[in-house]
Amino acid sequence: MTSRMDTRFAKLKAEGRPALVTYFMGGDPDYATSLGIMKALPEAGADVIELGMPFSDPMADGPTIQLAGQRALKGGQTLAKTLDLARDFRKDDSDTPIVMMGYYNPIYIYGVDRFLDDAIEAGIDGLIIVDLPPEMDDELCIPALAKGINFIRLTTPTTDEKRLPTVLNNTSGFVYYVSMNGITGSALPDPSRISGAVARIKDHTDLPVCVGFGVKTADHAKAIGAAADGVVVGTAIVAQVAGSLTKDGAATADTVSAVSTFVRGLSTGVRSARLVAAE
Amino acid sequence: MNDTPKPNSFRSGPDEDGRFGIFGGRFVAETLMPLILDLQAEWEKAKNDPEFQKELADLGTHYIGRPSPLYYAERLTEHLGGAKIYFKREELNHTGSHKINNCIGQILLAKRMGKTRIIAETGAGQHGVASATVAARFGLPCVVYMGATDVERQAPNVFRMKLLGAEVKAVTAGSGTLKDAMNEALRDWVTNVDDTYYLIGTAAGPHPYPEMVRDFQAVIGQEARQQILEAEGRLPDVVIAAVGGGSNAIGLFHPFLDDEGVKIVGVEAGGHGLDGNEHCASITAGSPGVLHGNRTYLLQDNDGQILEGHSISAGLDYPGIGPEHSWLNDIGRAEYVPIMDDEALEAFQLLTKLEGIIPALEPSHAIAEVIKRSPKMGKDQIILMNLSGRGDKDIFTVGKILGMGL
Repeated sequence: MTSRMDTRFAKLKAEGRPALVTYFMGGDPDYATSLGIMKALPEAGADVIELGMPFSDPMADGPTIQLAGQRALKGGQTLAKTLDLARDFRKDDSDTPIVMMGYYNPIYIYGVDRFLDDAIEAGIDGLIIVDLPPEMDDELCIPALAKGINFIRLTTPTTDEKRLPTVLNNTSGFVYYVSMNGITGSALPDPSRISGAVARIKDHTDLPVCVGFGVKTADHAKAIGAAADGVVVGTAIVAQVAGSLTKDGAATADTVSAVSTFVRGLSTGVRSARLVAAE
Repeated sequence: MNDTPKPNSFRSGPDEDGRFGIFGGRFVAETLMPLILDLQAEWEKAKNDPEFQKELADLGTHYIGRPSPLYYAERLTEHLGGAKIYFKREELNHTGSHKINNCIGQILLAKRMGKTRIIAETGAGQHGVASATVAARFGLPCVVYMGATDVERQAPNVFRMKLLGAEVKAVTAGSGTLKDAMNEALRDWVTNVDDTYYLIGTAAGPHPYPEMVRDFQAVIGQEARQQILEAEGRLPDVVIAAVGGGSNAIGLFHPFLDDEGVKIVGVEAGGHGLDGNEHCASITAGSPGVLHGNRTYLLQDNDGQILEGHSISAGLDYPGIGPEHSWLNDIGRAEYVPIMDDEALEAFQLLTKLEGIIPALEPSHAIAEVIKRSPKMGKDQIILMNLSGRGDKDIFTVGKILGMGL
């Protein structure tokens, strides 16, 4: 069976351009608004959606995404409601791959088997779980793969040649290269170093390699997109949400359009980057 | 758990993946994995290196002031009219608590690994002070993350850290207590992986920290076991220690785990009571979950979001507990009980007046448990309690609650 993810990346490869992978926080600042954002993303040019699962203690996230998670939790978001977002989205869109991204504890408490069954039913294609390295694969990765959900792994500049095969083993869908050490939302690294790192990963895998951390503008997206199979944008999108809210953190009439306008700009950048990464 | 087979020894954990039964593990971001594996390798080498052990022991004797005395609390024993009460006087260590035992060990490790910058988290400030102290002693810059709430209620320790040359960063995220400080320290570490050593203060976090911190703190129990044998010719009936993250407790407990006749009691912060969320009794009132690199008992809601605990004592104000404690609880080797804020406060005052020792609010919880337990025991029985820290840092908090003017 060809997965939604594989189909999408094959299509982009045929078009000769990198993917635009967009992250937003589920439930930020409220359910209805974030569903509006999610629905607007494909039309604005997003090829893959990363659906953030809020967690009270996001140890690898910078202040922008921390605050988004706090707003979502304050708005009553739960893991069950984040699955509902995907379910509602799938009513109108059966092609755009959805990757849920977050931390393990809410899934552990929900129950791994129950979560995977509900995730499949809701139309989830992949998972990125920040605090589950390969050493912890028995927890969720192996059960997810057995049920046909992609487990997408982060590789980082600290992942050396010796460790790379360990990280890529059991990875599916795509490889997410975190282009710098640090928390989400930090500064952009040098694009030439990124193309080297992508090539290094491609020596070990046939999976598409998407690059994230630090992408804020269409020009960044273009530069990164020239070196990778996909560009991941997260913090900058979440910042658009934050910037559109009232003083009390409530959504305004501009919230959804702020995100879609911004993503449309990124999309222009990505679409002007020829996919040149080595095959 | 009923289906957990009883091990031959309670002292052999963790396994090579850092697990104590289902607890422990390495739940960290990929960026940190190579560092944690390096740390583990270096720790394995160091603990079997006689040079390292010699330097550690030497600093223990001449810098920390080890061994700490085992003190028979005669007046408290008479007052309670039950079991004989002994205190392991960790509050007499340099910097005023058990925290220094671990800090000396880890800074020697950091030095071996060629790290040039130390970061630490702190709740009550005792670990922050101990970290700042060893950083000064070894000439390394030190950044201490401390919740903004704690910065306020532990002002004396903040001054001490600054005097020692550390940079204290107040963390306003969340409720500004220990868990938020730990999140921030982890973020720093993820960002500065090349040169930075994260000096974790308690026996929690990703493997190998729970094991390593325990081994550095086990000197408490090793000495106490020998000292009580010298004083009484036998082992105690009960050993008691307060548990936040649980480093002073595991340090005392571990050498006694295979002594079948010794009952082991950990005391959690019951705060305002276990109804509601105004407490930090992770084992008594929490459930297993994954936070800060390990699986352990946590205070959390039914969506897996971590709750903010409450305790009068900043050092116990943590919604989790070291994974080995979770395991010892589930296999039934140790018992964990809650003590409320007001009970700890009474114990604080009683010890001060009867023995002339001002204890920290953390071990005051253990003292309160001793006060409950001792009268129910025979005069020929023995309680050994870890007096893990001195109370100078808490006098302002206590004075305020008691309405004492200066």
